[in-house]
Amino acid sequence: MSKILKQDTALERLYNGLIKENPTFVLMLGMCPTLAVTTSAINGLGMGLTTTAVLMLSNLIISCMRKIIPGRVRIPAFIVIIATFVTVIQLLLEAYIPFLNKALGMYIPLIVVNCIILGRAESYASSHKPIASFFDGLGMGLGFSFALTCIGAVREVLGSGSVFGFAIPGFTPIRIFAQAPGAFFVLAALSATQNVLKNRVKKANAKKDELPKGCGQDCAACGVSGCSSHGKFYDEKALDFIELEEEGK
Amino acid sequence: MDSVKELFVILVGSSLVSNVVLSQFLGLCPFLGVSKKIKTAAGMGTAVVFVITLASGVAGLIYKFVLQPFGIEYLQTIVFILVIAALVQFVEMFLRKCMKSLYESLGVYLPLITTNCAVLGVALTNVQKEYGILTGMLNGFATAAGFTIAIVILAGLREKMEHNDVPEAFKGMPTVLLTAGLMAIAFCGFAGLL
Repeated sequence: MSKILKQDTALERLYNGLIKENPTFVLMLGMCPTLAVTTSAINGLGMGLTTTAVLMLSNLIISCMRKIIPGRVRIPAFIVIIATFVTVIQLLLEAYIPFLNKALGMYIPLIVVNCIILGRAESYASSHKPIASFFDGLGMGLGFSFALTCIGAVREVLGSGSVFGFAIPGFTPIRIFAQAPGAFFVLAALSATQNVLKNRVKKANAKKDELPKGCGQDCAACGVSGCSSHGKFYDEKALDFIELEEEGK
Repeated sequence: MDSVKELFVILVGSSLVSNVVLSQFLGLCPFLGVSKKIKTAAGMGTAVVFVITLASGVAGLIYKFVLQPFGIEYLQTIVFILVIAALVQFVEMFLRKCMKSLYESLGVYLPLITTNCAVLGVALTNVQKEYGILTGMLNGFATAAGFTIAIVILAGLREKMEHNDVPEAFKGMPTVLLTAGLMAIAFCGFAGLL
């Protein structure tokens, strides 16, 4: 998929943020808000979207100003820009969505120190064009929102027996998942799942190195013995192992 | 007598009952990252105590004498983060010049602290709860002490668990997170203290 999409276009950036470099599931960035506000799916979504807004705007502005900001003071300059947007968003939430403001509380101003935002500013926005940076922020933010909503939903189902506030009949909630320890347990399970997937990839790669690679020539005319003695070889084009037929013995 | 009791409540409440990492999830990065050995964990803890206590004092002063008189309290997030970053730089320079030995033991950890959200978190909590400057500093000290307690305990547990036979998938981060979760359950017990 990533090979089909052209680099630094809007769509490629969205795909990158949502799946390929998902900030929570893949990069494991911004863990503090991930654990703190995911007591319910709606809180997770709210936090995710707030962060998305800040990320989009700060990426856009930083990218526009990337040629004016001197390299040596760029980090403080980024922080001031990010903090400005966080303050703006906080005031807007206070005025128009007070229930969310109350639920997220101190974690809204703390978006300033969320490493995803400074990370994107430093690694992407400071060296790319404004439009691509804007969509990079949008993609990363949506990836973050998606992850927070998933974790929030899991904790809400297990901890208070409801999904987005609708109660599931006949389910006795395990209260601890809505409390602080539950956050660690859910993240541990998530991280373990990730390890399983990583190990699987690693094993496949190790196998790949063990076996001779397909040379692309006709095996019947091949003079090198040993290739077929394994009974199979790794075909790079098909990305799979190919079983060699047993020659009539 | 009443005020002493109040201070004691802040001290116990901030350090144990609502522990900064285990129940408020602030400063998780160093908590998970620098907790491999008790020695480094203790070093990090000391540096955090030092910086948070100082930063909550300075932030309190600026809030009271600059932001409030001009009626620009809404700038607190921007001002606090800049003050903290500048303070950490300044402390590092001061220690390097004047206290060589202390710098050698804390030096490595100081730059890491700017990214520790607990520092900004404490400054904001102090404003939210309307603590005075000295009370705020006490709250900062207690919070940082709570951080140190938690990170040293976690480091001790990790040292013990290093050679244990853990299922392949749970090696590394998942085990650390599970341990932190169990510690969080234990710390829930402190709620009975107040």
